[in-house]
Amino acid sequence: MERIPILKMGESLLVTIQVDMHDRLAMALQDDLTAHIVKHRSKGVLIDISALEIVDSFIGRMLDNIATMSRILDAETVVVGMRPAVAITLVELGLSLKGVRTALNVERGMDLIRARLNGADAGNGYHSV
Amino acid sequence: MATHAVVVDLPRLIERHEPKLLTEWLRLMEAAGILQSGRLGRAEVEQQSRRFVEALRKAVAGGNLSDIRAGSFGPIRELVEEIAEERAKQGFSASEAATFVLSLKEPLFNLIGAEFGGDPKQAMAHVWTLNLLLDKLGLHAMEAYQRGREEVIRRQQEEISELSTPVVQLWDGVLALPLIGTLDSARTQVVMENLLQRIVDTGAEVAIIDITGVPTVDTLVAQHLLKTIAAARLMGADCLISGIRPQIAQTIVHLGVELNVVSKATMADAFALALQRTGSIVVPKAAAKQA
Repeated sequence: MERIPILKMGESLLVTIQVDMHDRLAMALQDDLTAHIVKHRSKGVLIDISALEIVDSFIGRMLDNIATMSRILDAETVVVGMRPAVAITLVELGLSLKGVRTALNVERGMDLIRARLNGADAGNGYHSV
Repeated sequence: MATHAVVVDLPRLIERHEPKLLTEWLRLMEAAGILQSGRLGRAEVEQQSRRFVEALRKAVAGGNLSDIRAGSFGPIRELVEEIAEERAKQGFSASEAATFVLSLKEPLFNLIGAEFGGDPKQAMAHVWTLNLLLDKLGLHAMEAYQRGREEVIRRQQEEISELSTPVVQLWDGVLALPLIGTLDSARTQVVMENLLQRIVDTGAEVAIIDITGVPTVDTLVAQHLLKTIAAARLMGADCLISGIRPQIAQTIVHLGVELNVVSKATMADAFALALQRTGSIVVPKAAAKQA
């Protein structure tokens, strides 16, 4: 079965979604990611969705769920590279992913995670609850 | 029998008297004051009239005078549309646009009166046929005129919505979105798309939404604002709201709207905060030298 690769970079994990997400793939990602966080004791998860063109409410909720699960496992999730059309769709669906941190691109997202690892907040006003 | 006569006679009649008909028509239009507004030149009216009479002759020659949707009326229909739409764009009224077609009745009927004076019955038949025909063309002109107007209105609406939603870059990583006018769903969509695209283009971290130009903030407008802010956040940009007037602050509280977002009274305050968040400060020159 097709799986989304999860790369370990130091204390964080990098997930790049390159294909269109279908529901089973999303569930598999959830399983793999939580397993990896526990295995590597990761502190940050970076999900790059810049190649994702279509989202539905299920994928939106899955992103939210992944963030919540990671937080329980003491890792922070940053979703990066969301396209304008995807952002508008999610908002119209009423999913504003309140618990998820976001950044424009991978670089900015890494900065956010690094800031957390260094114990300092990046100071951009987002405090995950 | 009458129809047959009409078919045979009318094109020949118009052809034979075309210059006279044209001169007479122009004289009557001028007497009615068509040139007075100054929006139409004499040469233009003359040329349009000539084309119209010519097209009418050709259309009538086609035979079927009761149906202007017939193929032989194609050119004259197009001509009428062209003239009426032009009139609409030049700002003429609907009746002025239709009058152009209808005013041909008088010289044409005069011509028939002179030609068939001895045979009232045939003259009547001709007049009636042409009357119906010109009425139909007149209505066609009205429809085309209306389409022209709608086109003008649609373009203006587009321009207004484009004009009123600029996204400006204030600083490296700081965008400003001065909103002017009421926010409805359609405009929110445009604003959101513009803002998100600019965030991608400039890599901005902070966007200041200035609502000084928004006349009222009700629950719907607030909801639209919050949607825009949520979408920008999903792209990794932080939004600040500025330019909240005292009455609007009161309205927001009275309506019980929760704007869970950093807001500042003025754009200046918001800009200062945005600079601080992006890691820059602005200091007076003297102070900078001392430091």
